[in-house]
Amino acid sequence: MSARDADQAPDPGAAFGSQETPAASAPVSTGTGTGTGTGAGGDALVQVRDLVKHFPLTRGIVIQRKVGAVQAVDGVSFDVSRGETLGIVGETGCGKSTTARLIMRLLEPTSGEVRFDGQDITHLKGSKLKAIRRDMQMIFQDPYSSLNPRKTIGATIGQPFAIHGLEKGKGESKRAVQELMEMVGLNPEHYNRYPHEFSGGQRQRIGVARALALKPKLLIADEPVSALDVSIQAQVLNLLRDMQRELGLTLVFIAHDLSVVRHMCDRVAVMYLGRVVEIGPSDALYTQPRHPYTGALLSAVPVADPSVRRSERHLLSGDVPSPANPPQACRFHTRCPKAQERCSIDDPPLEDKGTGTLAACHFPLSREEVATIGVRSAR
Amino acid sequence: MIGSSGAEPLLRVQDLHVEFATEDGVVHAVDGIDYEVARGRTLGIVGESGSGKTVTSLTTLGLTRAQGARVSGQIMFEGRDLVALPEAELRSVRGNDIAMVFQDPLSSLHPFFKVGTQLVEAVRAHQDVSKAAARERAIEFLGLVGIPDPGRRVDEYPHEFSGGMRQRAMIAMALVNEPKLLIADEPTTALDVTVQAQILALLDRLQRELGMAIVIITHDLGVVAEVADDIAVMYAGRIVEMASTEVVFDGPEHPYTWGLLKSIPTLSSSREQDLVPISGTPPSLIRRPSGCHFHPRCPYSQPSHERIDPQLKPVPDAPEHHVACLLEIDVRRRLWAELRAGRRPEEARATVGVPEEPR
Repeated sequence: MSARDADQAPDPGAAFGSQETPAASAPVSTGTGTGTGTGAGGDALVQVRDLVKHFPLTRGIVIQRKVGAVQAVDGVSFDVSRGETLGIVGETGCGKSTTARLIMRLLEPTSGEVRFDGQDITHLKGSKLKAIRRDMQMIFQDPYSSLNPRKTIGATIGQPFAIHGLEKGKGESKRAVQELMEMVGLNPEHYNRYPHEFSGGQRQRIGVARALALKPKLLIADEPVSALDVSIQAQVLNLLRDMQRELGLTLVFIAHDLSVVRHMCDRVAVMYLGRVVEIGPSDALYTQPRHPYTGALLSAVPVADPSVRRSERHLLSGDVPSPANPPQACRFHTRCPKAQERCSIDDPPLEDKGTGTLAACHFPLSREEVATIGVRSAR
Repeated sequence: MIGSSGAEPLLRVQDLHVEFATEDGVVHAVDGIDYEVARGRTLGIVGESGSGKTVTSLTTLGLTRAQGARVSGQIMFEGRDLVALPEAELRSVRGNDIAMVFQDPLSSLHPFFKVGTQLVEAVRAHQDVSKAAARERAIEFLGLVGIPDPGRRVDEYPHEFSGGMRQRAMIAMALVNEPKLLIADEPTTALDVTVQAQILALLDRLQRELGMAIVIITHDLGVVAEVADDIAVMYAGRIVEMASTEVVFDGPEHPYTWGLLKSIPTLSSSREQDLVPISGTPPSLIRRPSGCHFHPRCPYSQPSHERIDPQLKPVPDAPEHHVACLLEIDVRRRLWAELRAGRRPEEARATVGVPEEPR
């Protein structure tokens, strides 16, 4: 409900944006998600095209020779529309955090392009980069290590004002910080307390307040609740939903918990070994997954209902292969129950499979197969 | 579990208390809990961090002794009280009759020694066999838990294993002496969902093959729903609700259990519906709330709940279902019916007519 509302919320740029804008400005559009059944009419705030990030592997201490590369992100393309929530899911090492850091320009991409608000930010430097960073903020996973223990939380939340030279008078900036604290459900009187005086959930609220201080257009949340207790997770998830509703934020939500992602996101991208293997609207992706990997993930989620204890499970064997030496062609073929010879020769493109999602697979799952592997998401 | 059969259960915990004296005061980590585990059954212990679930299981193995804990009560295992057992005798139980799988597979394996060496040590600590025979057994069990090419992998170091493989190696080490009871403390929390599914399926298969009892400790309601026969819900060092898995999910009677069930999104819940978080935070175990420990966070509490400490008692018409709650039974059932229909706690409270708490 909330996110849908936010989608339709009038925002400044939307009136001028048309459906063609993303396509026109982005000729390479294998992975374009905007137009594909999202129902979101706005233009794209973030456009990622063929993004690649390889981390070199070196040998030798004094003279370092490059002996290979960890292909953390390898050719990822997608759009994030204004006001929507895009979820990125996948297992450890699939490149979801690296993708987030590339969008934030916290990492330098090896190749590819990131456009933010219509501007190519891939190679921005210095003051221009700093200016663009005002509009994109991040919430981190660990609420303990992402706050400076020596600073009061008032100083931490107010720090973005100082960094971007927006410091007002002392009283005024304190008032601004206290408004933010109130907005995220913290007691403004705790302005002068230190992080250790807060619980995990409250610290995550501090992180949210800090991220919202500059009224960003884009908020990237990297596993924002996975370090929190079950009863506290819901508090932070509801806070993020409320903030998005109120401020019309665009949210990129990274998590490994598929139930949480389904709850939060309008669209979801599933990553495997540095590639997007399936992307589409949540409802379609969760009820009719086409990529066998998406199916396996959904089938593996434990269901909190003993009456549907499943006898048959679509268990994947083995572990995720090393991203330093990923399988040829379709990267999932080594673990895929449907793999055939073609999968190891011919790399499947990410394309519309007719059920609402784009999937990179030669032999996508049929409706009958989805039913047999025990995917039990409701619409 | 409770009265599941007339026979003596494998493990019976009675009135167990564990306290730690710290600079800030006494931490009441476990505060008088009772439970039983029968042979071949699986008990799930659910609760948040600091609810005492890990301390309970560490105490079962005598692992809280070194930390200066004050332990009282009984842990009866096959006719012996583990609380009173001397360290030397306990050592013959630990890792032999009762084994434990820890949460973090990286820090639970020694980084300097080969996985095989560590497994051989586990075998030879309890069985009088040659190194070669122990090694054979190590390889056999690595294969059993699904590690590919165990003959080669046995000579690798923990850092050469992936997270899922390390966890499997830990399970192999726990099982290598064919324990009667396996305590698994958050065995899949650090793992990805596909690997988690593999590990849970593995535990299930091994339980059927070896006939052992399992105590699985987790915060993930999905995991217990899949593997446990019975569930104990812990809050602030106490068991607040205990019943068969079906009953806990179908007709829970404690407001904390309701809170847990309503605060997690599931694949089958409506996306439009907001989650209902439990307000506040888990209490300090040094200065616990008076009366019912859950009352400050409970949406249905009454003034008297701040004074009266509820005991874990059987539900009148379902003697196997134990609850520690001061609300009347018909009030509880009507509240759950409302919550189940998607009502928020305050709406449910108003509909059922629980008097407002005077503030």
